[in-house]
Amino acid sequence: MNDDTIICRCEDITLKELRDLIKEGYTTLDEIKRALRLGMGPCRGDICLELAAREICRLTDKTMEDIKMPNNRPPLKGIKMGELAGDVDEK
Amino acid sequence: MKSKANIVIIGGGVIGSAIAYNLAEKGVQDIVVLEKNYIASGSTGSCGAGIRQQWGTKMNCLLSRKSMEIFENMNEILNTRRDIELKQGGYLLLAYSKKELDQFKENIKLQHKFDIPSRLLTVKEAKEIVPQLNTTGVSGAAFCPTDGHANPFRVNQAYVEAAERKGVEFYTYTKAEDIVVKNGRIKKVVTDKGDIETNRVVNAAGGFSKEVGKMAGIDIPTKSERHEILVTEQVNSILKPMVMSFSYNIYCQQTPDGSFVMGYGDPDEPASHNIRASWQFLEEMSRKATYLLPFLKDIRVIRQWAGLYNVTPDAQPILDESDEVPGYFMAVGFSGHGFMIAPMTGILMAEMITGEKLSIDIELDLKRFDHGRLILEPSVV
Repeated sequence: MNDDTIICRCEDITLKELRDLIKEGYTTLDEIKRALRLGMGPCRGDICLELAAREICRLTDKTMEDIKMPNNRPPLKGIKMGELAGDVDEK
Repeated sequence: MKSKANIVIIGGGVIGSAIAYNLAEKGVQDIVVLEKNYIASGSTGSCGAGIRQQWGTKMNCLLSRKSMEIFENMNEILNTRRDIELKQGGYLLLAYSKKELDQFKENIKLQHKFDIPSRLLTVKEAKEIVPQLNTTGVSGAAFCPTDGHANPFRVNQAYVEAAERKGVEFYTYTKAEDIVVKNGRIKKVVTDKGDIETNRVVNAAGGFSKEVGKMAGIDIPTKSERHEILVTEQVNSILKPMVMSFSYNIYCQQTPDGSFVMGYGDPDEPASHNIRASWQFLEEMSRKATYLLPFLKDIRVIRQWAGLYNVTPDAQPILDESDEVPGYFMAVGFSGHGFMIAPMTGILMAEMITGEKLSIDIELDLKRFDHGRLILEPSVV
């Protein structure tokens, strides 16, 4: 994969941005998530976190077993606030 | 890891990092910061990211006003690698009774003494600032146009990097387990990675301030309680200020990336270190927010989380050196507003630790709780 590949589609983050951050010394997903917003979009990291974990392994001496997935925050899928508030829309 | 240090700071949140940076800035060497997890992993990283100056006590007004000046110039002062994402869209505070509005008037009088540019608004004027606002029951508002938002991770990291450039060492994933005190003097800090000899310790442990107090035999009257937050998907910029109410009990702001961050305080929340998110919060928050800002009903919640407020009996922090154990400093009990006053706290603590005259006269000592001379901060969610 080359540097301008988009690794996080929700937040529009390129592989280069991720690689630069890993080289700066960010080698946990929790830290990368907070620095770049990687995985903070509507897909909630379903697509990018695993890819980012592999990239950490590629650029450091970590293995996949060393990498902790960030806490899975509820809700599992985006829910409209109106639905949560109890609005009923029959349309 | 070093086995000896001049000063050991416990806590790698924004408070500990700001203190470390300001100490190093004064030329203090050999400073170590212990962080049991990663930078901003505690209260800093879970906070609501708001920064406001509209407070009801002199201390909070002073600390927040001076801190805002620093936030405004932080990218230059700290030579930050990444922008701190300051947004000054103002804070709109809603009053729901004459009594609450009168309190706002009192607060504004006090805020003006410290050059905080707040003002009282009619309901009509509030609606001009936030046209989508449901003003049912609102009797008036207070507004400060320079209040707003900054990115807590970025700010915390900026302090860390600026401190590191001046020689401070941050040990992440390193937990302080004990502080050895002999004859009233600090001897060393015991960590899970080894001991560090030192005679000065700073407690900047956020939600764990009481526990880090106990390590040195000091009783700190703080308690931690869970506060929950949610964030929505990103949409175009449609809400400029933070909308907040103490009586309706809510705060909601659109951050520069376009998502809405909001929360409320549960008055029945017990003291604990619980930071689990609850289903009840998700529903109640959605009800409250869509009532006040109806357009939110079509916007999706993406994520919810919780963090700890470390609360004192008067909702103001403790910035002090212990009488019983000289060399033991405390910057704790920020009661939900530590992030926004961290810049000035860092300066004051560095002055206190180096024995300089403080640039603000503060009355935030530990002993105030014994004497019962408390000035209660009325403006907290």
